[in-house]
Amino acid sequence: MAFDSLPVELSELPGAVPAWQAQAGTADLQNICQAVKNQGGRLIALWGTDEQDRGEGYTLHLSLAKAEGLLWLRCALPVDQPKYPDLSPIFYNAHRMQRAARDLLGIDADAADRRPWLRHAAWRDSDRPLHRAHAAGKTFEAQDSEYAFVSVTGDGVHEIPVGPVHAGTIEPGHFRFSIVGEKVLRLEDRLGYTHKGIDKRFQGMPLADGAKLAGRVSGDSTVAYAWAYCMALESVAGITPPGRALMLRALMLERERIANHLGDLGYLGNDGGLGFGLAQFMRLKEDVLRLNAKLFGHRYLMDCIVPGGVACDLGQAGFEAINIECDTLMHDVRLLKDIYDDHAGLQDRFLTCGRLTPNTAGKLGVIGLAGRASGQAWDLRAQARPAPYDLLDARMKTHKNGDVAARVNLRFEEIFESLRLLHVLVERIAPGDIAAPLPATMSAGIGLGWAEGWRGESVVALESGADGRIRSCHAHDPSWQNWPALAFAVNGNIVPDFPLINKSFNLSYSGCDL
Amino acid sequence: MYQLLKQIVKVGIKTEAPPDTDDSLRVVSQRLKQEILGVFEGSLAIRHVDAGSCNGCELEIHMLSNPYYNIEALGMKFVASPRHADLLLVTGPVARNMEVALQRTYDAMPGPKLVVAVGDCGCTGGIFGESYASRGRVANVLAVDVSVPGCPPTPVALLQGILTAISSGAGERS
Ligand code: SF4
Repeated sequence: MAFDSLPVELSELPGAVPAWQAQAGTADLQNICQAVKNQGGRLIALWGTDEQDRGEGYTLHLSLAKAEGLLWLRCALPVDQPKYPDLSPIFYNAHRMQRAARDLLGIDADAADRRPWLRHAAWRDSDRPLHRAHAAGKTFEAQDSEYAFVSVTGDGVHEIPVGPVHAGTIEPGHFRFSIVGEKVLRLEDRLGYTHKGIDKRFQGMPLADGAKLAGRVSGDSTVAYAWAYCMALESVAGITPPGRALMLRALMLERERIANHLGDLGYLGNDGGLGFGLAQFMRLKEDVLRLNAKLFGHRYLMDCIVPGGVACDLGQAGFEAINIECDTLMHDVRLLKDIYDDHAGLQDRFLTCGRLTPNTAGKLGVIGLAGRASGQAWDLRAQARPAPYDLLDARMKTHKNGDVAARVNLRFEEIFESLRLLHVLVERIAPGDIAAPLPATMSAGIGLGWAEGWRGESVVALESGADGRIRSCHAHDPSWQNWPALAFAVNGNIVPDFPLINKSFNLSYSGCDL
Repeated sequence: MYQLLKQIVKVGIKTEAPPDTDDSLRVVSQRLKQEILGVFEGSLAIRHVDAGSCNGCELEIHMLSNPYYNIEALGMKFVASPRHADLLLVTGPVARNMEVALQRTYDAMPGPKLVVAVGDCGCTGGIFGESYASRGRVANVLAVDVSVPGCPPTPVALLQGILTAISSGAGERS
């Protein structure tokens, strides 16, 4: 068992991914986290829930991962003094999540940084929007809050504030650059602008409807989230989707990866000064989206994964269309890769730009695509291998340079691997049902879902009530781990390279603003 | 360089695109071009603001610039500064944390100006609705000229929405 040396009593959660749950006291938290870290594990998510309707206080939740599986750790906190020890000295990425949990629920890690994270001005610091006692539509009195950015001083140092509204069509966030001349000394990002209360919105939703909301946590990763949510729900319900449904889910997830990588490669070429790349890759992406619409009824595959299975089946003609498309893509993307590789101007912009060393990436707990480009070998599809990846032999790609060039190359390699996987899926898919029925009545329970989206892992932790509704649900985006890494990657680079570096990470705002 | 040029020639011009969606696209784009020529003297400047979307609607707005839809050829351009914009394209339910920024962007635009709310979220608040964190539909915050439903709306629907906005008494408000 992956976590059996820990000083807690584990119980296994049924479902597609190897997962365990345990209760821990606040006094043991740091020891447990340190032990997981020493064993090569990491912290994925940290969040809180209100349990006062049960006559208890709060629960602090952690999800921890090792290559072999997940651990959901729950820790009860009293109502009057809901404090727990600061975990950010052990796991760097705990920092912002602890601040977010304090903003929403008042549970406090007692960390030195007292600044809010998700709370801007829409509620006061004494308000607790996630309290169950507050009705869904309740609003709070506004309170202006000045945000104290870390200021860098010295001869010739000045600041450039950017955002929340940026120059292009991208999500909102604020970047504060401290620069000297053209060189970035420090970048501090402030996010939370797209916070729309997703955790609160989940509460009380019918279990089956949650997949739709999960699929809109970060629209570009809708397949990954919907799958993770359904996986969690299927774990609670004790059902397993039919083999054909699982194969179709993997097929959708790989198509989502290909579409996003194609778009990113286009924009990366464009930001590097090669408009040709944008036109070519966006054309290919449009072709993929059109085939999605034709085969599945939605260009981005929203709502195609449903609890128990998938919403639509493919016929022989559909599989053939996918095979043909894969061959065309393989040919065209190879050709474009040669052009990118041979283009001196582009390579000059890509190479050594925005370097995130494997050492720093490891310390920050960077994961997903950005992690793999900096030597962090995490890919769920090749490690915990939730079905049907146990049958697919997905090959993980990694790079050590951690620069824009590495993130570009990795995208190319992952497209080739996904195209290979699509061929394998089409070849191996067997006839059968596309969904297993959900039980008519569902009992209260908890379940975890874990899916390797194109950006990294999406995790959904679901607790169902006895009434067939969601008691609480928390969705975690890999961008939580990776945003701080962007600030490190930008250090020492020139300001005009920021858009290129930012694009090479392409992190989600909505996914972690929730 | 040879490979690059060869690829450009081989792919050819994609903008006159194949059947189904494209018949509607062709009609929309012709009318758009005329309206833009007539009302905006050949160029419509659009400023997009994400007021709290899931980023799905942004994906489709990006696709408007791909060679199939090629909106720049129609005389439309996404601009960085609201001071240059004729039309504000707003996605998402309006997150309370974005309300001030959205309002300021609108205020910074010169009149006459148009507002198009994008997606189910922009039209009604969508799945996120109104809450402690969300003001819901865009019309709760700004006067909206046209709403384009869809989750996310397709590029053709977006073009249709923009066309409707500029042809329906363009920018009477200033
Ligand atoms: S309309 Fe749909 S795609 Fe657009 S922001 Fe809302 S949920 Fe996302």
